[in-house]
Amino acid sequence: MLDFLWEPFALGFMRRALAGCLALSVAAPPLGVFLVLRRMSLMSDVLQHGVLPGIAIGAIFAGLSVWAMGIGGVVAGLAVALVAGWLARRTGGREDSQLAGMYLLALAAGVALISTQHSIDLTHLLFGNVLAVDDAALFGMAGVATVTLPALALIWRPLVLESLDPGFMAATSGRGGLWHLVFLMLVVLCVVSGFVALGTLMSVGLMMLPAIAARHWSDSLAGQVRVSVLLACLSSVGGLILSYNLDIPAGPAIVLTAGGLWVVSLLTGPLGSVWRAAAPRA
Amino acid sequence: MIALSGVELRHGERVILSGLSGQIETGSLTALVGANGSGKTTLLRAIAGLHPLTSGRIDLGGLVAADIALLAQGSHLDRSFPITCSDVVALASTRLGPFRSIGKDRLAATKAALARVGLAEMESRPIQALSAGQFQRVLFARTIVQDAHLILLDEPFTAVDAVTTRLLLSVIEEWHAQGRTVIAVLHDIELVRRHFPHTLLLTDQSASWDALPNPGLQAA
Repeated sequence: MLDFLWEPFALGFMRRALAGCLALSVAAPPLGVFLVLRRMSLMSDVLQHGVLPGIAIGAIFAGLSVWAMGIGGVVAGLAVALVAGWLARRTGGREDSQLAGMYLLALAAGVALISTQHSIDLTHLLFGNVLAVDDAALFGMAGVATVTLPALALIWRPLVLESLDPGFMAATSGRGGLWHLVFLMLVVLCVVSGFVALGTLMSVGLMMLPAIAARHWSDSLAGQVRVSVLLACLSSVGGLILSYNLDIPAGPAIVLTAGGLWVVSLLTGPLGSVWRAAAPRA
Repeated sequence: MIALSGVELRHGERVILSGLSGQIETGSLTALVGANGSGKTTLLRAIAGLHPLTSGRIDLGGLVAADIALLAQGSHLDRSFPITCSDVVALASTRLGPFRSIGKDRLAATKAALARVGLAEMESRPIQALSAGQFQRVLFARTIVQDAHLILLDEPFTAVDAVTTRLLLSVIEEWHAQGRTVIAVLHDIELVRRHFPHTLLLTDQSASWDALPNPGLQAA
C-alpha cells in the first residue's frame, strides 16, 4: 500500500542519491545555522551563483568530469567568498546591493559559459540529476561530510565566540579572521559537493532551510544544530520520494520538502512562530 | 603606567583628537568624559591597540594584548544568539583555540564571576531571556574572568537600571582595590565626581586632566 515510499529506493541510483544527500544533510545544516547566526544568509545565495562560472570553466577544460567541475566550483566559490568579505569590510557591513550585483553577474556568466558546451544539460546542472550521481559525485559528498564535521568540531568554540562578538575576538585573539575563513571554506565545499545531485541553484537549500527552521525549535546552539540535521535528513528522504513519484528534478523536490518543513516550523514551532505569537502568554 | 605622548587619532580624514599627552598611573581609576564625537571610544580602542595612531605614541609600560580587557558598548551584540550566560563568560576565560579545553578551574571562575554580579541562578539561562541590565552584568562577569591588568569600559552604565549600576560600580571599585588600572567612558558627571578619583575630559580637540566641566555642560 505504501509502495510509493519504498519503491524509489529499490533502484540503485536512487539509493546512491539517498546516501549522498544524507551525508550532506549531516554536514551542511550546521554550517547553515552559523550562517544564520552571523547574519550571512545572503552569502549562501551569492555562493550558489558564484560557483557556477567555476564549474562551467572546469567543464570546458575537462569535459563532464565531476572532479574538474568540482575543483572549478571550489576555486570560484572561494574567490567569491573573499571578494564578498572584502566588500563587507569596505562598506562597513552594507554590502548587500553589491553582493546582489555580484551574484547576478556570476549567474549570467555561468549560464553563458555552459551554453557553449552542448554536451551539458543546463537544467541538470542548475537543478540536479540523480541519475548522474556516479562514484565520484558520491565520494565527493561523503568526503566533504567527513571533512566538514571534524573541522567544524575543531573550530566550534572560536567560531561561536567570533559569531557572537567579533569585536571581542579581535581584541583578545586577533585570529578571528582565520576561523571565519576556515568556516567559509567548509561552506563552499558543501555547496559545491551537492551540485551533481541537487543542482548548483538548489544545494544551498539543504543548508539554509533546515537551519532557518531550527530557530523555531530550540534556543540552544547545539539544539538548533541537531534539529537542523534531522530536518535535512527528512527533507532528503521525502524529497527523493517526491522526485521519483512526481518525476521532478531531485534538487527542487528536496528543497520543496525542506521549505514545507520550514513553513510548518514558522507556523507551529515552540519558539517565535506565528502560532506562538497568537497564543495567549502563559 | 600608561604614557600618552602627542597622540593623534583620525576617522578616515577627520582628525578627532590631536596632541593628547599625559599619564595614567598603574592601579588608578580614571573616567573618560566628553561630548559625543569627542573621541572617547576611539581613544579607548587605541589604548587597546585596535585603532591606529596617526601620530604620537601610547606606551603601555609592557602590557600586552592578553593583559587588557576591553568591554565595548554591549548594544551591538545580537541578544537573540542561542547561548547561555555561563557559556558567554566561559568562552572568554581563556585564549581560545581549537585544541584548548575549558578546565575545572575555568568553570569555577565562571561560576564565581556570575555569582559576583548577582546572576548565580541565571547560569544556564539563554541570554535571550535577560534584560539589558542583566546582559550588562554578564558582560561584566566576562570581564572579571579575563583577569586583566588594564580594564577599559565603554559606557558601562548605558541602558542599565540604578540597582545594577550600583552593583557594577562596586565591581569596578573592587578591581581598583586589587590594583588593576581601570579607564571608563562615562556620561554621568555626578557619578564620576563621587566615584572616580581621576578624569580626562575631551572637548573639541583639546584635553584636560582631572578637571571636570561645570554642571551646565552635563547635558552633553
